[in-house]
Amino acid sequence: MYEKTLTQLAAALKSGEFSSRELTAHYLQRIEKADGKLNSFISVTAEQALKQAEIADNDRAAGKAGLLTGIPLALKDIFCTKDVKTSCGSKMLDNFIAPYNATVVEKLNAAGTISLGKTNMDEFAMGSSNENSYYGPVKNPWDLKAVPGGSSGGSAAAVAAGLVPAAMGTDTGGSIRQPAAFCGITGLKPTYGRVSRFGIIAYASSLDQAGPMARSAEDCAHLLGIIAGHDGRDSTSVARGVPDYVENLNAPLSGLKIGLPKEYFGDGLDPEVEKAVREAVKVYESLGATVRDVSLPHTHYAIPAYYVIAPAEASSNLSRYDGVRFGHRCENPSDLIDLYTRSRAEGFGEEVKRRILIGTHTLSEGFFDAYYTKAQQVRRLIRQDFLDAFEDVDVLMGPASPTPAFDLGAKKDPVSMYLQDIYTIAINLAGIPGISVPAGLAGGRPVGLQILGTHFAEAQLLNVAHQFQQATDWHLQRPAFAEEYA
Amino acid sequence: MAIEDSHVRRAAHLARLAISDDQASGFVDDLSRILEMVDQLQSIDTEGVMPLSHPLDATQRLRADEVTESNQRDTFQRCAPAVENGLYLVPRVVE
Repeated sequence: MYEKTLTQLAAALKSGEFSSRELTAHYLQRIEKADGKLNSFISVTAEQALKQAEIADNDRAAGKAGLLTGIPLALKDIFCTKDVKTSCGSKMLDNFIAPYNATVVEKLNAAGTISLGKTNMDEFAMGSSNENSYYGPVKNPWDLKAVPGGSSGGSAAAVAAGLVPAAMGTDTGGSIRQPAAFCGITGLKPTYGRVSRFGIIAYASSLDQAGPMARSAEDCAHLLGIIAGHDGRDSTSVARGVPDYVENLNAPLSGLKIGLPKEYFGDGLDPEVEKAVREAVKVYESLGATVRDVSLPHTHYAIPAYYVIAPAEASSNLSRYDGVRFGHRCENPSDLIDLYTRSRAEGFGEEVKRRILIGTHTLSEGFFDAYYTKAQQVRRLIRQDFLDAFEDVDVLMGPASPTPAFDLGAKKDPVSMYLQDIYTIAINLAGIPGISVPAGLAGGRPVGLQILGTHFAEAQLLNVAHQFQQATDWHLQRPAFAEEYA
Repeated sequence: MAIEDSHVRRAAHLARLAISDDQASGFVDDLSRILEMVDQLQSIDTEGVMPLSHPLDATQRLRADEVTESNQRDTFQRCAPAVENGLYLVPRVVE
């Protein structure tokens, strides 16, 4: 069963080939056997999952099943799930049982999908390797010495290893697309505001966005259709109709205009990654697309701007963890300040502290204009680069990451880790959607082709990605690890 | 703009984050390298560019001033470290 895509599983459930209970038990068994080596889950909610599966089977028998009724999924541990631990990868929330569901979770429940559990992640979604988790690093199923990427590393590794057919992630600077690329799966970051952020633990509120991570673009199209849409409980969610993302998948690509940003093929790009991406572009040419070079002149300022804006927002968002209302509280506080400062010192890990300190510093008196205002001005220039490019081309293509997955422990210096996100971070600053699709291997590790579109162009991105997946089979390739637990 | 020990300590104080002397010097090193990278921003001319705070330039939506939530104090206090009679307990603030 695990070798099927989510779309194939939905068809098998419909035809009665197996029940949701059988399917759910199958994946739970795979998690039990294999996850000791991967560490992709923080919590596995087996009992609840089997109960939900039984309800799904009953609904199906009663003729009340939707397309994804009875499909098992996993949720990054950043989505609040009622009565289930929601840790955000942090000691701070190790004891936090969420009292409500995120809107994404409500929508998935209403669609009849089943949650197998909560996946591992970099603490508070801050990281590009999943090495910043309080619950330990996740291993990449393609090579257990390699990182799975981050921050949605657990979701990516679990899908790649066939422990779950699809998972939800969030992306603030590349946290869906980069781990999808590193683990050889398909991951979509929607337009800012397309998916409600209600109940998603906030990192950087003007950048955060949730999206699906699965085997194929078709799988992602089904899932996006469920989770997208306006939500009155998130004032930044956009009041705009949700198109049918599946209906457009088979539109032909003849006449599609592809732009290759020259800044995405420069210094620091691994030659094997470049080769795989250029091969993928050739596939598009054979499908009738035309290709031209374009420029996004402010690309190199995206990381500097991000490391002002995201930590500034984080320092504000994370001020709520004070040891009073929820989360970690230090022992025997001597006074209120001691309670705050020690609870926070004990509850947060190194990278989170670093970003809180940068954010607090850059927002503080005497530094605000030079850092924060400047970064927001540069953010507008970065967005304008994309808007200008989309005047001439339909989509942009390039690598999702300059290298394939690196080894665990290889990047000790925070700045060298930050620079990994050179091709993904500007997309969040601009608020546009992006998808990473498997496009080959480099040194035995997967390469992700990133496809970018203008605001709300998700249907087009999914169509463009799906057509590539009709012409190639990179997305169907599995690491040997997945077969070991067949 | 260089960052000094006093800046890190001020930020830690403002962020209510206890840090030891050893940690402070580690953070001075890390933050210096990060801010050195950030300082590339100063080389761009942004004269007259409006700061962008929302990627779609949206403004805050308004809604009718109506009560939409019910009181769920007990539910929300179930995850609190210490409560009594519906109140959050903290060390004594006023003697």
